[in-house]
Amino acid sequence: MSWFSLRRLRALLRKEVIQMRRDRITFAMMIGVPLMQLLLFGFAINNDPKDLPAALVAPTQDRYSRAIVTALEMTGYYRFDHITSSAAEAEALIERGAVSFVVTIPSDFDRRIDKGDNPQILIEADATDPAVASGAISTLGQVASEALLHESGQEAEAADAARSQLEVVVHRRYNPEGVTQYNIVPGLLGVILQMTMVMMTSMALTREVERGTMENLLAMPATGLEIMLGKILPYLGVGAVQVALVLSAAKALFGVPFVGSLWLLLTGVFIFVLSLVLLGYTISTAARTQMQAMQLTFFFFLPSLLLSGFMFPYRGMPVWAQVLGELFPLTHFLRMIRAVMLKGADLTNVSAPMAALVVFVLAYAGIALTRFRRTLD
Amino acid sequence: MSTEPAIRVEGLVKRFGDRTVVDHVSMDVNRGQITGFLGPNGSGKTTMIRVMCGLLTADGGTGTVLGYQLGRDTRRIKSEIGYMTQRFSLYEDLTIRENLAFVAGLYGLRPLRKVVDEVLEGLGLSSRQHQLAGALSGGWKQRMALAACVMHKPRLLLLDEPTAGVDPKARRDFWEEIHHLAAGGMTVLVSTHYMDEAERCHFVNYISYGKLVASGTVEEVIAHAGLTTFLLEGEMEKVTAAERMLRGMPGVAETAPFGTSLHVVGRDAAALKDSVQHVAAETGTRMSATETSLEDAFIRFMSEAQDNMA
Ligand SMILES: Nc1ncnc2c1ncn2[C@@H]1O[C@H](COP(=O)(O)OP(=O)(O)OP(=O)(O)O)[C@@H](O)[C@H]1O
Ligand SMILES: [Mg+2]
Repeated sequence: MSWFSLRRLRALLRKEVIQMRRDRITFAMMIGVPLMQLLLFGFAINNDPKDLPAALVAPTQDRYSRAIVTALEMTGYYRFDHITSSAAEAEALIERGAVSFVVTIPSDFDRRIDKGDNPQILIEADATDPAVASGAISTLGQVASEALLHESGQEAEAADAARSQLEVVVHRRYNPEGVTQYNIVPGLLGVILQMTMVMMTSMALTREVERGTMENLLAMPATGLEIMLGKILPYLGVGAVQVALVLSAAKALFGVPFVGSLWLLLTGVFIFVLSLVLLGYTISTAARTQMQAMQLTFFFFLPSLLLSGFMFPYRGMPVWAQVLGELFPLTHFLRMIRAVMLKGADLTNVSAPMAALVVFVLAYAGIALTRFRRTLD
Repeated sequence: MSTEPAIRVEGLVKRFGDRTVVDHVSMDVNRGQITGFLGPNGSGKTTMIRVMCGLLTADGGTGTVLGYQLGRDTRRIKSEIGYMTQRFSLYEDLTIRENLAFVAGLYGLRPLRKVVDEVLEGLGLSSRQHQLAGALSGGWKQRMALAACVMHKPRLLLLDEPTAGVDPKARRDFWEEIHHLAAGGMTVLVSTHYMDEAERCHFVNYISYGKLVASGTVEEVIAHAGLTTFLLEGEMEKVTAAERMLRGMPGVAETAPFGTSLHVVGRDAAALKDSVQHVAAETGTRMSATETSLEDAFIRFMSEAQDNMA
C-alpha cells in the first residue's frame, strides 16, 4: 500500500467540494466577507511613525549638508543608515524598501550657497504607505532652512541667501497623491484572504471530529498527506475567487493603480494562500473542537493584523513589535504586494518576502503532517 | 487455508488516563465464523474493537489481525478489514451514492461507478441513492453503513452494535445479510446487547469492566455459568407474591418475571430447589425446571462482576 495515491486524493477532493457546495455559510463567507471588509476598511488608521530609515546622496561632504543631515535626524523622523555618493545605489535601496527616503544634496550645493545662488535639495519619499511619509515630509523644508541659517550664522550674507532661496523638492514616489486606499486595498487582499482561508481550514479536522466522521475516515486507508491535501486544495479555489473579487474591486471602486507584473503578483498570492490554508490545517490538528479552532484562529489573526504593517506602518512600530511582525505571513505578503502592485517591483526586488512565504509553507506543512493524529487516542 | 484465527489478542490493555478500560483481555475470533461480543454499557467493547482496527493504540499486550501485527501493520489492517462504527459516521451532507463513491474511492475500487451501482443494487439502496444521508431513518442509515464497509470485500468485518435502534424487520434482514456474508467466507465480529442476536452467533465473548468473563458457544457459556433455573407459573398476583418471597432466600440469585411466569435462577441447585418448592407451595404457583437462557447467564455475570468491584 503506497503512502500516496491520486485515486484516494481524488475521492477526498470530490467529497470536500460537494460538502463545501452544500454549506451555505461557506459561500456567504466566500463572497460576503471580502466585500464587506473591502468597504469597511475604505478608511485607514493613520499614524505618525518616526525614526525612518533614509539614505543620503551627497557627493561632497560639505558642512552645509552635514548641518542639514544633523537637523533632519534631530526631528526624530529620519535615520540616515546609508550615506552614498551614488544615486543608483540610493534608487536600489528605496526600490527594495530598505529606506523610506532618499535625500539628495547636489554636488554644487555649498558653492551655490556661498554664491547666494538658489540651492536645492531633493527628497524622494516612498509614499506607498502615505502615513509613513506625511509627517516626515511636512517638517522637512523648515528644518532644513533653519539648519542652514544656523550653520552659516557667521556669514550673514550667505545666510540671507539661504533663507530666501533654499528650495526643497519633494518627490512622492509610487503613490504621488498620497492616496491611503492605494496602500490599504492591496493590504486588504491579504487580510481578507487570511481571515477566510485560515478560519475555514482551521475547522477542517475538528468538524470531522465533532460530527463523528473522523472515526470512519481514520478507519479507512487514507494517509495523512492525502487527507491534508484533500482538505486544503479546495480552498485554493475559494482563494482564487476572492483574489479576483478584491483585485477587481480595487480597480473599480478605488482606482488603485497596478504597475507591476500580474504573474508575479499571482505567484506571490498563490504562495501566500498556500501558507494560510496550511496554517489553518495546522490549527485544526491542534484544536479539539470547532470552538477551539475559532479561538486559535483569532489568537493568530489579531496580532497579525496589528503587527504586519496593515493597520500601522511597520516602520512606526517599536523594534520588538517589528520582530514579532516578521512571524506572520501577512507581513511578508504586504511587502510583496505593495512592491509589485504599486512600485512595479520585479522578482529580484521581492525575493526576500517571497522566500519568507515559501518558508512558512514548508514549516506549516511539516508541523501539520507531524501533528496529524492517525488514531483516536 | 490457514487455521490461524482471524483475530488473536493476548493480554490486551487499554487505559484512558488512570482508568483501565480494557484489562488484560485475551481472545480469538475464528475465521469464517460470526463471533458475538457482549457486555454491559461501558465494559470496553467499542474500545477493544477500535484497538483491533488500529484506531487506538494498546497500552499493553500483543495481537494479530488477519496475520498482521497490531500496532505495526496498521495500514494493511485498515485496508483489509471493514469497520462499522457504533455511532453513524458517514457524511450526513452527502447522498447515499456520494458517500459510497467516497468510500469506494478511498479503497481504490474500480470501476467506481460500476462498483457503487452493484453495492446499491445488492443492498436495495438504488431507489434512495440520491437522498442525503442525514435525511434517512435509522434502518436505512444502518444499511448504508453496512454497504460502505463491505464494499471492498474485506476478509474481516467488525460491527459495533450495528442494529441499535433498528426495527425488528430491519434487524432480521440485517442478520440474514451477515449470515450470507459469513457463508461467503467473511469473518465477523459483532457487538450487541440483544440476546436473540447473541444466539445467532457461532461463538460469543462476554466482557465486563474490561475483563473477559466468558467465551464459547452459546451452550458452553450457559453451561459455564453453572446455573439452575426454575419456572413458576400462575396468576399475576400469585407470581408477584412469589417473587417477593423468594428474594434473599437460600440459593436464589436472580428472579425475573416474564408476563405470568417467573424465572428463578441460582447456582446452588439443591438450596434453590428447596426454596422454590417452599414458595410454590405457599403461593399456589406451578413449579417446573427449565433451561437456563443466555440472558439469565449474562445477568448473573453482570451482578457477579458488580459484587467483585464492590
Ligand atoms: N476516548 C476516551 N477517553 C476517556 N474515556 C473513554 C474514551 N472512550 C471510552 N472511554 C471510557 O471507556 C469505557 C469503555 O467504553 P466503551 O465505549 O469501550 O464501552 P462499550 O462496551 O462500547 O459500551 P456501550 O455498550 O455503551 O457502547 C467507558 O467507561 C468510557 O467512558
Ligand atoms: Mg460501544
